[in-house]
Amino acid sequence: MNTQTKNNYKPNYINPYLGGVLLGLLVLLTVYITGRGLGASGAVKSTVVTTADAISPTLAKANAYMGKFISGDRSPMYNWLVFESLGIFFGGLLSGIIFRRIRKPWVEHSPKITSKTRLIFALLGGIFFGAGSQFGRGCTSGAALSGSATFALGGVIVMLTIFGTGYAVAWFFRKLWI
Amino acid sequence: MGPLIPNGIITGDWNFVIAILVGIAFGFILEASGFSSSRNIAGVFYGYNFVVLRVFFTAVIVAMVGLLYFDYFGWINLSQIFILPTFWPAMLLGGVIMGFGFLMGGFCPGTSFTAISIGKIDGLVFTVGLYLGIFIFSESFPLFKGFYNSGNLGHVTLTDVTGINAAWFAFAFVIIALAAFWVTMLIEKKVRKKITEYKF
Repeated sequence: MNTQTKNNYKPNYINPYLGGVLLGLLVLLTVYITGRGLGASGAVKSTVVTTADAISPTLAKANAYMGKFISGDRSPMYNWLVFESLGIFFGGLLSGIIFRRIRKPWVEHSPKITSKTRLIFALLGGIFFGAGSQFGRGCTSGAALSGSATFALGGVIVMLTIFGTGYAVAWFFRKLWI
Repeated sequence: MGPLIPNGIITGDWNFVIAILVGIAFGFILEASGFSSSRNIAGVFYGYNFVVLRVFFTAVIVAMVGLLYFDYFGWINLSQIFILPTFWPAMLLGGVIMGFGFLMGGFCPGTSFTAISIGKIDGLVFTVGLYLGIFIFSESFPLFKGFYNSGNLGHVTLTDVTGINAAWFAFAFVIIALAAFWVTMLIEKKVRKKITEYKF
């Protein structure tokens, strides 16, 4: 019988250096096959453009930013990063099944804050990350990881500013985490 | 010679199949490394868990050095790969905004997708936030269109800007990464003694 309780549950993650080697090889393989690296925020952008186009095509096309991503013949969802991000979800699911980490929907948070606080800041964090990724031409995957790995100046700028800012403001958000 | 799809060695019909397979591998690695948990990720900023730094730095140096070897063996034509264009003012601001988002949300876009996979509501809410953030950006785009497109240096690499061979950058990254792995290992040991509300 399984006597493990929720409190002494110890997640069995893979060795981080092994994870890093696998991720690096995946970036290399992806660049070798497609000529480009990985990404994630691009799929959300496609979703924003698609829903805006479905709700109000005229407004979406007139929008100076979204209009760039709408073409007459194909949906913006017909995009490499959308399919890749779908894969990210299923890959996470597969790992969750193998390592037994799938649970009924729950909110993970530090015991010092409530679920509500966690969710408010998760939403705010998402809004900031979403908007920032548009200025940065990509997020941690597309710009910081794939950009830096291909020696792109922009990738290194985004990587350094994300992590640099993170350390600079960590003190202000410490109550959320420790 | 690579890249395979741009050179027609694999036809474009396979593009989306490859996209899904690459995504599955990506999601698997992120989840298996512990990135489906915001508390694991945020640890890098408070010293109690440096898994982000270990995975990220290892991946960057493996891919960098790998690309140089692929180029050396003539397996890939580096002039054909996509180089992220540099718009430095917008990228600096974007990185700062994302840094704030990272500390508030504890995820980045890819990791939040894997958090949803294993049932985390906070991952789902973060992803809804991403959607709203990009929507707000799009709607207010006319206000900062000029700034967004300013400082365009084009698709430049570190070598284009400095004239220093890419191999030296890869070498420097490897040295920095190794030093960071060692220093953070010591920091983590110290910090973990004082932290009780987080299970490792």
